Amino acid sequence: MTRESEIERAIRKNHPALITYLTAGDPSLEDTKAYVEALDRGGADLIELGLPFSEPIAEGPTIQAAINRALEAGTTPEGVFELVEDLDVEAPLLVMTYYNMILQYGTGADPDPFVERAAEAGLAGLIIPDLPAEESGPLRAACDTHGLDLVFIVAPTTDGERLETIMSQASGFVYVQARLGTTGARADVSTATHDSLERLAEYDEVPKAVGFGVSEGDHAAEIVQAGADGVIVGSALIDLIAEGDEPAAALEAKARELKRGADRGTTMPEPEQP
Amino acid sequence: MSESTFGNYGGQYVPEALMPAVQELEDAYERYVLGNEDGFMDEFRERMREFGGRPTPLQRADRLSERYGREIYLKREDLVHGGAHKLNNALGQVLLAKYMGKERIIAETGAGQHGTATAMAAAHLEMPCEIYMGRTDVNRQRPNVYRMRMNGAAVNPVDAGRGTLKEAINETMRDWATTVETTHYVIGSVVGPHPFPTLVRDFQAVIGEEAREQVQAQAGRLPDSVVACAGGGSNTMGAFHAFVDDVESAEPCSADDSSGQGPREHVALYAVEAGGSSLEIDEEAGLAPNSATLSTGTDGVLHGAMTKLLQSNEGQIMESHSVSAGLDYAGVGPELSHLVESGRVTPVSVDDDAALNAFHRLSRLEGIIPALESSHALGFLEERHEELGDLVVVNVSGRGDKDLETVLEETEKRDLEAAPDVEVFDQ
Repeated sequence: MTRESEIERAIRKNHPALITYLTAGDPSLEDTKAYVEALDRGGADLIELGLPFSEPIAEGPTIQAAINRALEAGTTPEGVFELVEDLDVEAPLLVMTYYNMILQYGTGADPDPFVERAAEAGLAGLIIPDLPAEESGPLRAACDTHGLDLVFIVAPTTDGERLETIMSQASGFVYVQARLGTTGARADVSTATHDSLERLAEYDEVPKAVGFGVSEGDHAAEIVQAGADGVIVGSALIDLIAEGDEPAAALEAKARELKRGADRGTTMPEPEQP
Repeated sequence: MSESTFGNYGGQYVPEALMPAVQELEDAYERYVLGNEDGFMDEFRERMREFGGRPTPLQRADRLSERYGREIYLKREDLVHGGAHKLNNALGQVLLAKYMGKERIIAETGAGQHGTATAMAAAHLEMPCEIYMGRTDVNRQRPNVYRMRMNGAAVNPVDAGRGTLKEAINETMRDWATTVETTHYVIGSVVGPHPFPTLVRDFQAVIGEEAREQVQAQAGRLPDSVVACAGGGSNTMGAFHAFVDDVESAEPCSADDSSGQGPREHVALYAVEAGGSSLEIDEEAGLAPNSATLSTGTDGVLHGAMTKLLQSNEGQIMESHSVSAGLDYAGVGPELSHLVESGRVTPVSVDDDAALNAFHRLSRLEGIIPALESSHALGFLEERHEELGDLVVVNVSGRGDKDLETVLEETEKRDLEAAPDVEVFDQ
């Protein structure tokens, strides 16, 4: 790819990067605007907005509940595009959603109108958890046409030829899924994270960011120390919104903690081999 | 490699973590099912005979034939062990999982028939088994919940959404994404990512293969029409598959046709969907008061495949409705979508009332209590028999014991011409 990727540039410039996820429209689009701006102030280098889909099979209970709240609030793709246009943040923005949402924008079963509108709104990329590399041809073509990155996920089960296929198509960054299962905050960093980062060590063309289960600064430190270029945090932030105790301030503080944790990971000594 | 799409439909739209598993399954499908490696298909067929009770009869329904003035044959899948065609697929997949070296079985269920069949197959083959079932369906299909538990399966109620099949599938996929290395997901219909739609169809194709032979032996020719109900579409594809190529032609299939069959007869294929209370969609409420996906759905991606879906203009999946839990699903198998799109299969629908009437009618006239799913196919027969030709095969996909509570409750609310006086049941 010859085009310079806004996402890749943001990650490399702010290395190690903090990538945050919020479900757009949870509990309303106005709130999401305030929360995204708080995360940006707190040091998020890249911000994912979840465009809610009624069947979020890759999400755990926390994000699933956030999606339900967003849908109940009437969140639509157009509403999310307008939110993106309205946001005043440093961090590039990505949309994370499911493939059916992309296909139905416009006249149906064609990804191009969605991507065109996403580019016009100022989005830098897309993450589609139910779109493996094998099925991504039409969406990747649309993303290339309109200058968006299509971020792929590498799972603990991905290796060999599949890893090769995915890495040859990746742009922006590679989303390293820290553990099998669904999204959701966890108390520790999975050993699968270390294994995955090891398998990916030889691929250095695209930055690698780790998500699924990351909730604390210490996790961020450990992940960066293990070789990641960034950490992705979602459910832990949504918990702060759901708790409802001055969410904007809490999100800003949490972003600072995570960013500091990630930074710490660059100066920590190598772990001793068990 | 086996073909992953049917025309524009099908594919493998699943989270990356599951891709190695669907590819492993694809490999196992080719080796064991298509290639009969290690005698897999021989063992499957033998178990279906001895444990499953195949072949099932193709019964001439005398009273229905008289009523409709044409020959009506019923393919009696209600006589398969467990009371429905579902065992054909469940036993096939659990056995395949065993051949693949998997240690645990999970499945989703709507009406409970697939869950029951999977629990039975898992007990029969000594595999631990967990079943996900929407809370609404747990409440309306209690006999099947008991049966699953009696066969040693854990039943996990799912509270999300309306608590029906769609939510149960979501939850099973989540479990599978966590345990994929040791667990096989026995998907219950011809839906999901490739190779499931093909694999399930091949296990169910025995329905149509038997029916085709039986009708030729018993009636001396192929039927004019085959009628089957369609939710996800596994009994539909099972009943249709052996007849798909029976398309009228004046000439033999090819110049060097040595089959000696000569011109083909035309067999019309009718997929009967649940018309629920109405075919209209309440876009604002996100509700389709029906499950008529083939008749009214639009193209999209759900549960691993591109297919026809009940969805809003913005791509949110609708909550569907049917009096029959087994048909209550907003998607449908991709191969059926393709066969409808290409004009080979005709999608039709009947509403809840017609299905309930047909339930009572068959029970009374023929001494067969049909599943509410199958009652839709029989309701279509009542409404449209004049269009179906002289010789009709209807697939009775399962028996209705599991539906008795629902039928009594729903019958009490309505004035159904074919229903007995249900008040006597309360005495």
